[in-house]
Amino acid sequence: MIDLIKQYWQPFLWGSPDHISGLAMTLWLTVVSCVMGFALALPLSVGRAAGPLWMRWPIWLFTFVFRGTPLYIQLLIVYSAIYGLDFVRNTPGLGAFFKDALNCTILAFTVNTCAYTTELLTGAVKATPRGEVEAARSLGLAGSNLYLRIILPSALRRALPAYSNEVILMLHATSLAFTATVPDILKVARDAYADYYLPFPAFGIAAILYACLSLTFISLFRKAEQKWLRHLPTT
Amino acid sequence: MNKLAVENIHKRYGATEVLKGVSLAARPGDVISILGSSGSGKSTFLRCINLLEQPNQGAIWLDDQEIKLRPGKLGMLRAENRKALQQLRTKVAMVFQSFNLWSHLNVLQNIIEAPVHVKKVPKPEAITKARSNLAKVGLSTDVEKKYPAQLSGGQQQRVAIARALTMDPEVMLFDEPTSALDPELVGEVLKVIQALATEGRTMIIVTHEINFARHVSNRVVFLSEGKIEEEGPPDQVLERPKSERLVQFLSGTRWHRDT
Repeated sequence: MIDLIKQYWQPFLWGSPDHISGLAMTLWLTVVSCVMGFALALPLSVGRAAGPLWMRWPIWLFTFVFRGTPLYIQLLIVYSAIYGLDFVRNTPGLGAFFKDALNCTILAFTVNTCAYTTELLTGAVKATPRGEVEAARSLGLAGSNLYLRIILPSALRRALPAYSNEVILMLHATSLAFTATVPDILKVARDAYADYYLPFPAFGIAAILYACLSLTFISLFRKAEQKWLRHLPTT
Repeated sequence: MNKLAVENIHKRYGATEVLKGVSLAARPGDVISILGSSGSGKSTFLRCINLLEQPNQGAIWLDDQEIKLRPGKLGMLRAENRKALQQLRTKVAMVFQSFNLWSHLNVLQNIIEAPVHVKKVPKPEAITKARSNLAKVGLSTDVEKKYPAQLSGGQQQRVAIARALTMDPEVMLFDEPTSALDPELVGEVLKVIQALATEGRTMIIVTHEINFARHVSNRVVFLSEGKIEEEGPPDQVLERPKSERLVQFLSGTRWHRDT
């Protein structure tokens, strides 16, 4: 076990400068897909909550497809199936993009978390108290002003606790990345296991690393809630 | 010259006609109270004035200038363009029954939000104005940083009045401003509205406080089943009601002439 740790502590944590792995890779996957997924979900949720009908139902379909199918299948399709298409392989930009396992993984994760986040933010936008929206309208706030100044700040605050949950779930979902050969925590754990046949240390270390990351995210979100949910009545 | 005039407002919800042609004109400094039993359409009428409800028919003038309206979807009238709507709403402020303060913003932020982002008043100027209006509604500066949930109903409504005042509106609409308040908090809000009335502001108040209406307003309108049943100076309308419906309404309402 000591040998396992000696040999694998560095791959478990960050790997090497030209081969990022383990915790650093898992963190990168989580942060990049959550940030991009959130950025995309924001306009989509407004479109879904308040856009015209022709905008609402395609967004609904998008969230349904990506929430209705397993992330693993989505990853397989993005990583294996799409690159198998001739026109993708033969289009220079596309071919290079889909050839890279990390690109495919991040794309699949981003789209997936985007679908869940869109649904979550849509609910929060719709739950903006009617009276508060009316008060804003009655004072001349309208259009993007109304959304950027009142509805979204209110909705994002409301969505914060649920969104922290989504990020934790996404963190754990990144453990699928090893199936696309991306060297995340689980990939390193499987390598270590294959080397030493010591399942408990290999997977135990992985579990501890995931737990540490979860704890970090949880405490960050707690800080964010203390800052942005100050206005809620304290009981 | 009228400060605000609305003419022949009709409003239907499906087959039910809630307003059947209501007209009202307010000269500068007029304080008009609208009375009526629930379902008479008085709140709907008030909300048609600033187009929170879209009337099916009617016209609105502000300072003798007609607000351009055009029929939208389902034939209801909406402002012809955003500019016209904005102009109407920055000049006609509304105070709601349920206060409707923005819960995620503190008191000061609530008050300066629209002046800064709609009227483009420089922030320091808006803050100065906000503070003087807070004083006017009888709130000290220590509420500035509080959030709505930390205030009593009476305080919230007074903040909402300060929020409306800071827009420097030409007309103020009050939609049952004390109906959601505990009885012991009603007085503090009425006192503020009364003070505004004596300042010569043009105000239209939908209220159930008949006694208050009598003291504060120079004209009382009684709405019944979507129509104006009776209107005139408060003494005449409330002391010597002519229509049977108004007599019935007044006798069914708790109010005493001597208090």
